[in-house]
Amino acid sequence: MRATLLLEDGSEWAGELFGGCFPASGEVVFNTGMVGYPESLTDPSYSGQILVLTYPLVGNYGVPQSRINGTADLARSPFESERIHARALVVAEYSRHYSHWRAAESLHAWLDREGIPGITGVDTRALTKRLRHRGTMKGRVILSDRESPAPEPEYDALVQLVSVTEPTIIGSGRQRVALIDCGAKAGIIRSLLQRGVSVLRVPWDYDLSSERVDGVVISNGPGDPKLCGPTVENVRKLIEDGSIPLFGICLGNQIMALAAGADTYKLKFGHRGQNQPCMRVGSRRCHITSQNHGYAVDDRSLPEGWQPWFFNANDGTNEGIRHRDKPLRSVQFHPEARPGPVDTDFLFDEFVAMLGSKGGGK
Amino acid sequence: MKSTITKPKSVLILGSGALKIGEAGEFDYSGSQAIKALKEEGIHVILVNPNIATIQTSEHLADRVYFLPVEKDFVAGVIERERPEGVLLGFGGQTALNCGLQLEADGVFERYGVRVLGTPVAAIRLTEDRQLFADSLAEIGVQVPRSRAVGAVEEALVIAEEIGYPIMIRSGFSLGGLGSGICPTKKSLRDTAVKALALADHILVEEYLHGWKELEYEVMRDGQDNCVTICNMENLDPLGIHTGESIVVAPSQTLSNEEYHRLREISIRVIRHLGIVGECNIQFALDPESDECRVIEVNARLSRSSALASKATGYPLAAVAARLALGFSLTEIPNAVTRVTMACFEPALDYVVVKIPRWDLRKFRRAVKTIGTGMKSVGEVMAIGRTFPEALQKALRMLEIGARGLIGDQQISFDDLEEELRHPTDERIFALARAMDAGWTLEKIHDLTRIDFWFLHQIEEVVRIAATLRQFAGGDLPGGVLREAKQAGFADEQIGLLIERSEDAVRRMRRSRGIVPCVKQIDTLAAEYPAATNYLYLTYQGREDDVTFDQKGESVLVLGSGAYRIGSSVEFDWCCVNAVRTLKKLGYRTLMANYNPETVSTDYDECDRLYFDELNLETVLEICAKERPKGVVVSMGGQVPNILAPQLAAAGLPILGTSSASIDRAEDRHKFSSLLDSLGIDQPEWTEVASIEEAAAFAEKVGYPVLVRPSYVLSGSAMGVAVNGEQLARFLARAEDVSLEHPVVVSKFIMGAKEIEMDAVAANGEVEMYAISEHVENAGVHSGDATLVLPPQRTYLETTRRIKRITREIARALEVSGPFNIQFIARENAVKVIECNLRASRSFPFVSKVCKENFIEAATKAVMGEKVEWRRRSFFELDYVGVKAPQFSFTRLHGADPVLGVEMASTGEVGCLGDTFSEAFLKAMHSVGYPLSIGSVLLSTGPIESKADFLEYARILASMGIRFYATRGTGEFLARNGLETTILHWPLEKGEPNVMSTIADGNVDLVINIPKNFQEEEVTNDYLVRRQAVDFGVPLVTNLQLAKRLVEALQGMKREDLLIKSWEEY
Ligand SMILES: Nc1ncnc2c1ncn2[C@@H]1O[C@H](COP(=O)(O)OP(=O)(O)O)[C@@H](O)[C@H]1O
Ligand SMILES: Nc1ncnc2c1ncn2[C@@H]1O[C@H](COP(=O)(O)OP(=O)(O)O)[C@@H](O)[C@H]1O
Ligand SMILES: [Mg+2]
Ligand SMILES: [Mg+2]
Repeated sequence: MRATLLLEDGSEWAGELFGGCFPASGEVVFNTGMVGYPESLTDPSYSGQILVLTYPLVGNYGVPQSRINGTADLARSPFESERIHARALVVAEYSRHYSHWRAAESLHAWLDREGIPGITGVDTRALTKRLRHRGTMKGRVILSDRESPAPEPEYDALVQLVSVTEPTIIGSGRQRVALIDCGAKAGIIRSLLQRGVSVLRVPWDYDLSSERVDGVVISNGPGDPKLCGPTVENVRKLIEDGSIPLFGICLGNQIMALAAGADTYKLKFGHRGQNQPCMRVGSRRCHITSQNHGYAVDDRSLPEGWQPWFFNANDGTNEGIRHRDKPLRSVQFHPEARPGPVDTDFLFDEFVAMLGSKGGGK
Repeated sequence: MKSTITKPKSVLILGSGALKIGEAGEFDYSGSQAIKALKEEGIHVILVNPNIATIQTSEHLADRVYFLPVEKDFVAGVIERERPEGVLLGFGGQTALNCGLQLEADGVFERYGVRVLGTPVAAIRLTEDRQLFADSLAEIGVQVPRSRAVGAVEEALVIAEEIGYPIMIRSGFSLGGLGSGICPTKKSLRDTAVKALALADHILVEEYLHGWKELEYEVMRDGQDNCVTICNMENLDPLGIHTGESIVVAPSQTLSNEEYHRLREISIRVIRHLGIVGECNIQFALDPESDECRVIEVNARLSRSSALASKATGYPLAAVAARLALGFSLTEIPNAVTRVTMACFEPALDYVVVKIPRWDLRKFRRAVKTIGTGMKSVGEVMAIGRTFPEALQKALRMLEIGARGLIGDQQISFDDLEEELRHPTDERIFALARAMDAGWTLEKIHDLTRIDFWFLHQIEEVVRIAATLRQFAGGDLPGGVLREAKQAGFADEQIGLLIERSEDAVRRMRRSRGIVPCVKQIDTLAAEYPAATNYLYLTYQGREDDVTFDQKGESVLVLGSGAYRIGSSVEFDWCCVNAVRTLKKLGYRTLMANYNPETVSTDYDECDRLYFDELNLETVLEICAKERPKGVVVSMGGQVPNILAPQLAAAGLPILGTSSASIDRAEDRHKFSSLLDSLGIDQPEWTEVASIEEAAAFAEKVGYPVLVRPSYVLSGSAMGVAVNGEQLARFLARAEDVSLEHPVVVSKFIMGAKEIEMDAVAANGEVEMYAISEHVENAGVHSGDATLVLPPQRTYLETTRRIKRITREIARALEVSGPFNIQFIARENAVKVIECNLRASRSFPFVSKVCKENFIEAATKAVMGEKVEWRRRSFFELDYVGVKAPQFSFTRLHGADPVLGVEMASTGEVGCLGDTFSEAFLKAMHSVGYPLSIGSVLLSTGPIESKADFLEYARILASMGIRFYATRGTGEFLARNGLETTILHWPLEKGEPNVMSTIADGNVDLVINIPKNFQEEEVTNDYLVRRQAVDFGVPLVTNLQLAKRLVEALQGMKREDLLIKSWEEY
């Protein structure tokens, strides 16, 4: 069956349908990673987006067992959340046959079960060049001219939709870290649990002032940070207090910046991939990072007391900020990886080392 | 971000010497890139490399070039004279690395204050000594296969019992799996271990990981501890087939994110722990059914795989590695491809790359055809596509072995499919498709091969599409079917075979449906940033071109040489690179087409646009349809483009230089012979073969031996010298297999004649430049295997006068404009022509560099109709001599008969200079592995005439105090002439002392075995003697003339007489 991706600029990208037999609509973004489609599709940050993969062959190793019950189970699974968050998937060459000892089903079967359409046979390089040139655009996947269009994502409420509704505690470590869930990847929880702390996962707008925690992580998530007013407000309080170590990741970096009084802006087409080089400010150390973001922190707007921590070696944009003397730091990339390189995993070690040592950890 | 490093003022680079199996063109690429990078940093570069055909030894690269053996004493001599501040050991393969380790051990670097740049020597040792390596990895919790290093066969047997059979044997300080092997039984372990221990002090006895996936990562690390992996690659063939012998894909296809990044993390951990600075390669085994993985090895240098990774990603690994060695950090080096980003990143590919090795096993009589843990391939091809079948089928065509894709060709057939799948030969990939076509299940195929199901499914797709195509035999193809086939890499010609239409008809059908390929860029970043790259490929999975075709100025397309193979290797890359450089100087935009990842011509900075794609009619037409060049140059890349010329011309493409009609007149042996007759130029008597009876009658008339020669071949493929009717019939049958469309001729084989080579450039039929070289060996040894001397030392002046005159006549008759080469046979002063190639020949770089006159620059000017200037320094007045010697790789070709004949067998060559013939000759012979002095020699000097001929030289050897071993006939002959020898039993006689044991025990320094017949088909004593010599690494001479020159040189020259003089000083 044919399916077409229609872009805001009027261009049409036709291919063959696979996965769910439904229309879709969302913001169209591309990712340059060469592996990791199960991880990407379940990353809540892709909520409301149509994902284009630049690597042409997709589906080769199938999809592992994907039924997950609850957060604790999620922490062990290879997925980043309970379901697929991307609205649709666009690839050049879907591999109908898969092979892997961990595979339980094909990508097609999984997408189908989750009701997510895929298009194969698209010149994804040409499509990527257009997105790069014109900037991120909205788009629709249509199966025929007659059908009624898929509803647009509620771009203003993406974080609400992907966050948890109730606080839960995971793990039994003595030290407790609160995770403000704006659409958190399971990998963040996993990375914390591995280091022996317990995680209090709270909704995006949860007020932590009555909780006793040793540290707070502000998670990744979809969309514009400026739509996360309550989160920014809560983080501002934590920053003012300044005694609890804070660590922001991706959207969490932007929320940290807004809470500190700095500004954020939308990038033309964002950074999505597994090969982004990030330099640590003031050093010659460069790390290869996994990324997925469409907004960035404006370095120049950082208030007194804050400084850039990392920057993108390709285009110079901000990749992290830190407070000069308080244990407040955040990064734009994904130290929890999945998909992508695990090189910046050590940031979790550094964060956990700061817990309970008020104001320590430079 | 200015760097604070202190760069050395001068740096010595060691090359890898002659091309051989396991160490081929990739090191010309890496060395050349390193030299360019150093020059850009303003460093004075000194290069030692006897490989005269390389680009790295060109006048425009290193400041000082020494055509000397890469051997510690010679290199020490160079260091003493040049006093470099630094040395690079990682750019010349195992040869350079091992030489560097010895120099370090001898304290030479310390004595002269030479800094080893990049990876420290201690770290290199850790990677090369297999036991130290395993111990070191254990420190960081990284697993290697269970193993133990041993120094004796008995020890190996004991360890093997502990580990359990089958056992894997590997040696250190080597490459290409030399000496390695899988041993299912005690006996095979003993056999393998004995030979392996003859070539190395220690071997590793190891558990055999059956059916595990084999993967490689290319890693860069700088002095600041920044690490990136440039590329990962997956072998289609599971562990047990050397990566150099495997079909390899990049990036990996069957790894999940978790596996990809777990192996990547281990790579980085290992490389940091070992302390490597620069580039290295790490190989893994991964269990296909669990999370288990093992590290197989680390190569702390540029390698075959790094060249492949570099071409597969567009990341200039060698150039960056050279800068890291100088102390730069990855963050200080720009990404030369995008020019906006920097070198510290990991390329994202948006295409698939398939590499397939090119073997030439069928050229070797008796060679074992199965492939395994030791390398036998002589080159490789790399194809790029947006689907796996597209890249795979392109690559199979690129091999130029007659396959038009994975399926559709009839000539590849198998007697026993199951055996082929279980014990693979170079043709296994075709057997997979055959088995599927025959309805075998993938499970059965997987059980036999252990190839991952993903690959099998992809191959099955191709088989399925072929079956669909066949249903339309004779008719028109629906657009959808045709497009699907094109996206799966089917060629027009291949589709034609399947639907029984001509290639041309398929092409017209395709174009009328608007199905044309797109041109895509390789930009290292999957289109994330705009790239200035000129690195391109064609694909049918796409809807728009990445580049436009409206640039100003005329362009010229140069066709490259394709895969390195016997008879065509780096020398033609040198020609192509020089042609492109000249075209640039003449103001043309240069387009290059080639698909060989080991070349410099496919480097990002050589031409204006690089099409990394096929060299055949279809692809060249598609490129020309887009680019509309002024014309195509077919005379620089050897035989691959040369034989395309008539087809290209017939399709209406302008061929620059000598016309395609003339090329046909020279290549078609029949037309050429007629031309010579009409010009009254003498040639060996010949006839065109119509039937075996006629051929036999001709042979009776002129007298045996006769030579069977097919047309349009290179390197004497399927040629043979027949001494009787029975042999004649056999050779004729074989020749017809090789060359279906072209005639086969039989000519009188002339014995005892000299062979002389003319390399020349003509413009509009007038010879403008030439060089004459003579062979040391008599005619009958293929010119590619012969030892060449320039200027000639033993050729009469009258002979050369005649040769010049004939050359002029032929050039005029064929209206040559460009490079050409004629081979002559001379006896007394009678000169006969044996063949003429209207293209650059193998010896163009040699004559250019010896004469210091760039023949290709001149030839390119002639091709473009520009004036050619020659300084007319007659080469007879050179006050030095150049000698080119062949390199053989027989040790790796199990079973092959290491004897010289009319069919070429060498894999590479060197060229050295000296004040006298003997000096240049001995330097060259030493560069290809012959000793400078010997204590003992085994003589077996063949028929009585050659025994007598050699006697005088045996006396010389005796006078030098050399110990003689001899086979019975030779020994008795020498005894009758008063020379004392130890007479040994022939191998088949079994008695002791025997030739076999004497060689195996290491008692012989040199074997001289002159065969009694031309081509022996059965296992003879002579064959066994020769084979034993190469199996145990003992230098072997099988040609009488060569033996005589070697004896003279050994007598006349001592090591001190071999002067350390750079090219510039001659
Ligand atoms: N333990 C093993 N079991 C099975 N195959 C092996 C094992 N070790 C190596 N091999 C195979 O042998 C090949 C050559 O071994 P390697 O150590 O890489 O030699 P080289 O240094 O000459 O490249 C590898 O590419 C791999 O296919
Ligand atoms: N008539 C002949 N008599 C003796 N040797 C010959 C004769 N013809 C060819 N040869 C030998 O065979 C070799 C290969 O022949 P050639 O025609 O040059 O093949 P190719 O085209 O493959 O280079 C020559 O280099 C020469 O040594
Ligand atoms: Mg090795
Ligand atoms: Mg290896």
